[in-house]
Amino acid sequence: MKEMISGADALIRSLICEGVDLVFGYPGGSIIPVYDKLYDYQDSLKHVLVRHEQGATHAAQGYARVTGRPGVVIVTSGPAATNVITGIGDALMDSTPMVVITGQVATPFLGFDAFQETDVVGITQPLSKWSYQIRRPQDIAWAVARAFYIASTGRPGPVVLDFTKDAQTGMVEFDDYKKCDFIRSYTPRPEINDDDLRRVADMINAAERPMILSGHGVMISQAEADLAAMAEKGDIPVAATLLGLSTMPSEHPLYKGMLGMHGNIGPNVNTNKADLLIAIGMRFDDRVTGNVKTYAPEAKIIHIDIDESEFDKNIATAATVHGDAGEVLRMLLPMIEPRKHTEWLAEFDIPAQVEYEKVIKREVYPESGPMTMGEVVNKVSEATGHKAVVVTDVGQNQMFAARYSRYSEPRSIITSGGLGTMGFGLPASIGAKMGAPDRTVCFFTGDGGLQMTIQELGTILEYNTDIKIILLNNNFLGNVRQWQSLFFNDRFSQTPLINPDFVMIAEAYGIGAENVETREQLDGAIRRMLDHDGAYLINVNIDETDMVFPMTPAGADVNNIMLNATETYPID
Amino acid sequence: MDEQLFTVTVFSENQVGLLNQISIIFTRRCLNIESLSVSPSSIKGIHKFTITCFSNRPMMERVVKQIEKRIDVLKSFLYTDDEIVYQEVALYKVPTPQLLDDKNVELIIRRHNARILEITREYVVLEKTGHSDETEALFEELRKYDIRQFVRSGRVAVTKDTHEYLNMYLDEQERRKSHQCPAL
Repeated sequence: MKEMISGADALIRSLICEGVDLVFGYPGGSIIPVYDKLYDYQDSLKHVLVRHEQGATHAAQGYARVTGRPGVVIVTSGPAATNVITGIGDALMDSTPMVVITGQVATPFLGFDAFQETDVVGITQPLSKWSYQIRRPQDIAWAVARAFYIASTGRPGPVVLDFTKDAQTGMVEFDDYKKCDFIRSYTPRPEINDDDLRRVADMINAAERPMILSGHGVMISQAEADLAAMAEKGDIPVAATLLGLSTMPSEHPLYKGMLGMHGNIGPNVNTNKADLLIAIGMRFDDRVTGNVKTYAPEAKIIHIDIDESEFDKNIATAATVHGDAGEVLRMLLPMIEPRKHTEWLAEFDIPAQVEYEKVIKREVYPESGPMTMGEVVNKVSEATGHKAVVVTDVGQNQMFAARYSRYSEPRSIITSGGLGTMGFGLPASIGAKMGAPDRTVCFFTGDGGLQMTIQELGTILEYNTDIKIILLNNNFLGNVRQWQSLFFNDRFSQTPLINPDFVMIAEAYGIGAENVETREQLDGAIRRMLDHDGAYLINVNIDETDMVFPMTPAGADVNNIMLNATETYPID
Repeated sequence: MDEQLFTVTVFSENQVGLLNQISIIFTRRCLNIESLSVSPSSIKGIHKFTITCFSNRPMMERVVKQIEKRIDVLKSFLYTDDEIVYQEVALYKVPTPQLLDDKNVELIIRRHNARILEITREYVVLEKTGHSDETEALFEELRKYDIRQFVRSGRVAVTKDTHEYLNMYLDEQERRKSHQCPAL
């Protein structure tokens, strides 16, 4: 059926044809024709009005991470477009599917420094999978179809469509919409090479101390069950990256913990004892490897990933398989012989025990003294039956939440890993709740990060989004303070924070809130928070000296792990 | 690590913005592009970039992989000088009086296999095709005549390999397209 409609109308219809039912955005001059058309589509396309364009991008990320579908953002030109840069960069680093539509001045004004004109395509090219400027209404359907195909396939990522105002108002014949399923220069789902599989299977079968490193790719591929099946058949311990957390349930006997700078001791130390590392959907980020020169000296490395530019980028590999994680794991499983690695698995017990004695006991189960972040996180996790979606901001709050939450379901953690964007958490938790309304969403944040995007409390107010906000408040920029304490002689340059009354602010936004000053108040506060019908914030008073351990400082050996300010593992 | 001159060729769809996307991959890694040329390839709708850069092999292999990741890039290849047949063009603008005064002019032009593109009363424009060291050598010889302007084109190159990898890639993608199930 052909009819003449405006470009703005064509955009909205294209989005609806792509299965979009929710967008996050903020109107403005250069995008007003789209917003005018949106008014007619209120029943089929829901728009969430954020309070700052950056909030729209993080909300879209939260939505995408919990559903697996692309988050969609609509903003205007100029400063709005520059405000979404952080979110776009964050989505690229953390492989999150997102389509960002920015308004743009009309084509005759391009390049004349017009009002609210910026070179969006130029700025976003290094930060996105694809950036395209739509100048003619007849290109809209093609561009949108391509955008969704690129954003959501292969290694997912952000796509930017810069939509000029005259393209929005111009008329076009809108044919039946065709989704894009082929671009000849783009192969999102590579054919898996049988020889590579065979080589990898042989290496796994021959290994005596193998370890699986599970990353975000496993989650994106929805390969959690395949991962468990492989690990169980080969009796192989599994460690997760920050973004790979919850790809295996925390209670699974083969799950040994988190990798990286603030990960668990066992996985980090045994990386250097392993004779085979099987990396699945992870990219050997420097937070995981520490000093690459001393990383995994005894191990051959198998790298399974959908992005072949990651092979041999940071770490030299012995074998690679280019493909989708789930598909590779399913093809590998029949080639793996059942094995038992009882002695090797037992080698994870001693570091776990030391970590419990030296770090976890005092952090999570303190008997006296001020409340600790680990203690609060653990109690919240228990109170939610380990079923909640954990959203974090960035810093100590992030590391404590990642370490001490326990995960029983997949897609249970949403955090800014690669870019480490403070302020990510509040809008991301809003997007996550909207994408998974039936799950409890617990958002852990610090006093610094919360204030970076605090305006999004207004979004919670407007949409009555039920987010449980746990503010781990130490009146400091905690993570930087930790570094200043350990390495810069306690010179706390620009890290103490003079904070407002957060409870008053929350209540001003119609959000239930209470202060938690002492340990005795904690359990009750958590229960009130979880039982409350609607958003609730608990402002927990944490001592500034609470630090995240274990810690492998950047550039150091994965084998030289700080247990506290004075002791390292292994203990002499 | 050993640095040498690498040639990177890129085949892309003929779309606006590819040049920027490719060059920022170099910029980001502080790689200085020695020369760059772009033109339509022999296949309709496909553009070819030829970029030279001094660096080491591991770095350049990473760069080529990142270039191939760009959506509208079809293929990118990495070569050292021994793997390709390459040329560049140089133009020299020299004042006519000095040139005509010298009896050796004919010898220079003959020895370097240069061509005269234009002669006026004031200046002569010479052209030479060859490798950089050859165009450089002519430059040195002409220096005493007070070269007014000099320009070198980017490198153009074809491979010595008997396999035509781009054509193989395009055939493979055609096969993939015809085997694919239509989207819902």
